[in-house]
Amino acid sequence: MGLLGHYNYWITVFLMTAGLYIVIARGNLVKKLIGLSIFQTSVYLLYVAPGKVIGGTAPIIAPEYAVYSNPLPHVLILTAIVVGVATLALGLAIAVRIRESYGSIEEDEILASDRDAEERA
Amino acid sequence: MAVLTVGVAVQRNLFSVVVLSGIYSFLMATVLVALDAVDVAMTEASVGAGISTVLLLGALSLCGGEEAKPLQRPWLPLAVAIVIVAALVYGTLGLPGFSDPQAPIHVVVAPRYLAQSIAETGVPNVVTSVLASYRGYDTLGETTVVFTAGAGVIALLRRARRRRAGKTPR
Amino acid sequence: MKGLLILRIVSKLLIPYILVFALYVQFHGDFGPGGGFQAGVIAAAAIMLYGLIFGLPSARRMVPDAVVETMVGLGVLIYAGVGVVGLLLGGNYLDYFVLHRDPVAGQLRGIFWVEVGVAVTVSGVMLKIFYMFAGRRRREDA
Repeated sequence: MGLLGHYNYWITVFLMTAGLYIVIARGNLVKKLIGLSIFQTSVYLLYVAPGKVIGGTAPIIAPEYAVYSNPLPHVLILTAIVVGVATLALGLAIAVRIRESYGSIEEDEILASDRDAEERA
Repeated sequence: MAVLTVGVAVQRNLFSVVVLSGIYSFLMATVLVALDAVDVAMTEASVGAGISTVLLLGALSLCGGEEAKPLQRPWLPLAVAIVIVAALVYGTLGLPGFSDPQAPIHVVVAPRYLAQSIAETGVPNVVTSVLASYRGYDTLGETTVVFTAGAGVIALLRRARRRRAGKTPR
Repeated sequence: MKGLLILRIVSKLLIPYILVFALYVQFHGDFGPGGGFQAGVIAAAAIMLYGLIFGLPSARRMVPDAVVETMVGLGVLIYAGVGVVGLLLGGNYLDYFVLHRDPVAGQLRGIFWVEVGVAVTVSGVMLKIFYMFAGRRRREDA
């Protein structure tokens, strides 16, 4: 049970690193934002999975159940999901404005046009 | 879900990437239901698969739907990712195993909320009672965050009232 | 044209049920999964569906910009207002016990109004963001 009991953490770690890889390795701004949201969902797993009690049920008190899963991570993650979509909306708004100012949402093209503007100035 | 993330990373047509991320959110919601987190699953399904997909499609229609080919092979980010995976796996070996009833989160605070929720608030859904009553102040902060995000998007994307043709609104 | 007809009919059938479901999730959040956030998002999704199928101008006519912008601020005000009412009635800020003679009924009342405030703000913000993204015409480079 020792090593296999940590299986849920490995899934979380893989998803987290995959999201991080998308953020750092891809130049498209919208794809970076999608990678960031994948990273955030892996954090939800990180919090909710240890809260589950095998044999328990959802934390809604009913007379026929005695064992419940832990409700505290659910509360934190509920807040985190809504904050995550707020961040995504703001990031997309910034990406739209960048697209209208620079004409592109590829990271290297934006940096290149910034460098050209600096050299000309 | 791992297959979906690899697909998101590799695909260059952004429209299919958005659809893949919608499928990913639905799968995540299913996993959350399997973990007994029903409130969280409902929120993740509606917010992640519904609102996020709509917002991403709206942004794509304004930005363009193809990603440019990467200039160089991404060896350094891959190496960084592998190092991070190794470090994190080593770190999580010290955490309690899956569904260990002696883990600190089950022992210290949660039993009090589970036991006292109906007696003190009269609400059977413990998540709602913790969110709205025991930790109501934090939910006020979260509502303010949502409000700020809306205000920020309005500030960023609002067009000036009267604009001369061809001039970029500042 | 045929495909669009199917979409219009099906969405006209579905949208009232989605709105009723949003209200159900809001008020039943005490006894089942649900609560303010989910309800606000589902209500906003119903109006978004209407806007996607029938066009943004008709969605704007149904839920005008002024109403949406008012909803954005009103929800936070309701939430903070519940806290201030707690102050005025003699307890702490956001104290639900003083809202009614019976403390448990006071809790229920406080939780109800707080969830209403959250749902109003969340649905207003989501709808407003959708209006901003969908209403912006694409300009070919600056």
